[in-house]
Amino acid sequence: MQFHKQSLENGLQLVAECNPDAHSIAIAFCVNTGSRDEAGAVSGVSHFLEHMVFKGTEHLSVDDVNQQFDQMGAEYNAWTGKEHTSYYAVALPEYQEQVVKLWCELMRPALREDDFQTEKQVILEEIRMYDDQPPFGADEACEEDYYGGHPLANRVLGTEQSVRDMQVEAMRAYFQSRYNPQNMVLAAAGKIDFASLVKSAEQHCGTWSRGPVERKMTPVHAGLHRRVIQRSASAQQYVIQLSPGPSGDDDRRYAAHLLVSLLGDSSGSRLYWELMHPGHAEQISTHYYEYDDTGLMMTWMCCDPDSVEHNLQKIRSVYEVAQANGFDDAELRRAKTKFNSRLVLSGERPQNRMLNVGIGWIRDRRYRSIREEMESFNAVSLDDIHDLLQQFPPTQCSCTTVGPREKVEWDQVG
Amino acid sequence: MPIHEYRYPNGLVLVAESMQSVESVAFTFLLPIGAAYDPADRGGLTSMTCEMALRGCGNLDSRQYVEQLESLGIETGESVSVSHTCYRAAMLAEHLGESIQLFGDLLRRPRLPLDELESSRQVALQEFRALDDELVQKIMVALRRGHYPTPWGQSHHGNLSSLNQISLEEIRNQFACGYRPNGTILGVAGKFCWDELQETVGEVFGDWKPGDWSEPEEGDLKIYRDHLDHDSSQTQIALAYPSLPYKHEDYFQAWGAVGVLSEGSSSRLFTEVREKRGLCYSVGASMRSLRAHGSVFCHAGTTAERAQETLEVMIAELVKLSQGIESEELDRLKAKMKSSLIMSQESSMARAGALARDWYHLERVRSLDEIAERVDALSPTSINRYLAQHPPTDFTVVTLGPQPLEMPDAVS
Repeated sequence: MQFHKQSLENGLQLVAECNPDAHSIAIAFCVNTGSRDEAGAVSGVSHFLEHMVFKGTEHLSVDDVNQQFDQMGAEYNAWTGKEHTSYYAVALPEYQEQVVKLWCELMRPALREDDFQTEKQVILEEIRMYDDQPPFGADEACEEDYYGGHPLANRVLGTEQSVRDMQVEAMRAYFQSRYNPQNMVLAAAGKIDFASLVKSAEQHCGTWSRGPVERKMTPVHAGLHRRVIQRSASAQQYVIQLSPGPSGDDDRRYAAHLLVSLLGDSSGSRLYWELMHPGHAEQISTHYYEYDDTGLMMTWMCCDPDSVEHNLQKIRSVYEVAQANGFDDAELRRAKTKFNSRLVLSGERPQNRMLNVGIGWIRDRRYRSIREEMESFNAVSLDDIHDLLQQFPPTQCSCTTVGPREKVEWDQVG
Repeated sequence: MPIHEYRYPNGLVLVAESMQSVESVAFTFLLPIGAAYDPADRGGLTSMTCEMALRGCGNLDSRQYVEQLESLGIETGESVSVSHTCYRAAMLAEHLGESIQLFGDLLRRPRLPLDELESSRQVALQEFRALDDELVQKIMVALRRGHYPTPWGQSHHGNLSSLNQISLEEIRNQFACGYRPNGTILGVAGKFCWDELQETVGEVFGDWKPGDWSEPEEGDLKIYRDHLDHDSSQTQIALAYPSLPYKHEDYFQAWGAVGVLSEGSSSRLFTEVREKRGLCYSVGASMRSLRAHGSVFCHAGTTAERAQETLEVMIAELVKLSQGIESEELDRLKAKMKSSLIMSQESSMARAGALARDWYHLERVRSLDEIAERVDALSPTSINRYLAQHPPTDFTVVTLGPQPLEMPDAVS
């Protein structure tokens, strides 16, 4: 593996983890923009724009785009989050120049009115699709409570109303303000010819002009709310708990990843033995999300509606015991082995490396090889984890439940 | 890549493919027992047996077993399909031997402990109830039940009544019938030494006793219509129609036709249903194969008011398929297949599963080169000839949502 980087005069960053033994190439444009960068009136515009990018340019129709990608046999897609929008393609190395050229062209989309209106229907269908899927919007409701008016509460898809009301001019303005070259990274992994990547990028992106771009940072005041959303059509009860964690530029993030694995990995964790193994819950897991200026720990549970109070008490008790006594050596060793093994296994596919390299570079202009990541995880001590639990106690959380229950006795939860 | 095959005297088949560019190795055990083997009033029995096997084996209780896997960094998974119980593992190559030893205990000496039966039952009941909230899964369960001959359409989830009645004795019987070497296939892919692997598997499984075994009758595919009322935002539409099984000589002709329909964003269904009309977010079709029967399954989810139009556009595209495909469409499909084949050499887990499934269907493995040759040999003429002889018809249609839909002429 060899890491290469280059920046163009207009600020576009190019980074690649080159592996001459790989069978494929993975190429992504990572844009430092997402739902937290949206003003209320255009809620959902980052995600809608991500769809519109595939609709083509002044010279390419939507059919041209789809056919060109398919002619290369590429796997391609895009993903929008709170802070980033990423477009990627995985293909055979012989198509590198063509894939890069096509993505570069698409990063300057036409944003045609008629495409906009057709795609609006697709977005509305996507919103309704998630409306029908667990946890039926409880995650977004919980984020709104937890973050208060902070922009990280913005829904990635927006709402039916915000998407219906959106005008193409507003999307064009958002595009102009966010898709500046200094706010973007062209990331690659696999059997990449880096010199050729630089040449292609200079040729196709060199004329993009710079412009001012910034992300507004405001402090998060984490809420401690409780909310019940009754949904009679649901069979199971779903619970989301949110609490603070370290931000993406904080070295404690390694301890945070290990902590959520110790508490709530899908197998072998404390919550697994307490709730999953005995059959008290259908699913229970803990997750950690990194953002620029904050972090978030999430607990997710699906269970029989009558067991909610019992299970919430169990979760609380698991967290309290961990906060009081921490973990033991063997537990932490296993969690590290599990994590490192997953890093190596998933790292064998260039497509899994591409976004890590790209988003990592957007965050702090640093490249972390798999080996460096493993060393950082291995350096975490039991004390680090224990300290983290004192600094970010998961019991101090906002909690939302959705399901057939009209009321939940939160008091019994403590 | 060299493919190694070996059948042990007790019937266990080992198929393995070495992959040059990875440090990992993965394996898949396919055991010859799945939901089709559940007695009619004991749906979920095979799934509960699979889950109970994880609750301690050999000298290890369930916690020690999980801790042992974790201390070696072995990633595992298990599932029950209609024909098989599948246990999977992926790890760094140096742990392969220890991992096979652990799976020897799991598959041959599970404790199936009485004091964990109720916990296991609760897990099964939770999963059954959760299915009610997963509308896509729920409609596919209904589609399989309607389309496949009994018992090949049985769901591995069972139902409330069957799950509540399953006894430990029944689980132990199911284990005794289905967890045996004859009919079991072990697929291994990644970094390994063949001689060592063959020897280790022989040491761990060589004295595993074979058992009696008979597959349920193959039966005939059915035509079925149903609507499931549900208070949802979207209506789910699921369709199935007969095609060719994986083992059939013309399988790749059928595969090519479905690829034109659904592979990639330039495919017909995506273009007509989503790109031109914006009717839904996801729409697709894929080949499904039992050993005896092949089918095409299609699915879309859309707002109730637009569901009728979506169904009509989908059916129109299926019917239109029999009028033939264009060479540009096939060229794109071939490019896609070439990429997928080469990239499949980057995932030991996916390849191990494919090796075992190939053996189940063919009693041999189709190498990536052979698949590439067969795909290369496809032409618009050969696919169109196949479509003329096998036009999509005899549709099974299941919908789920606030209102039933009118069946288009081609269906009714």
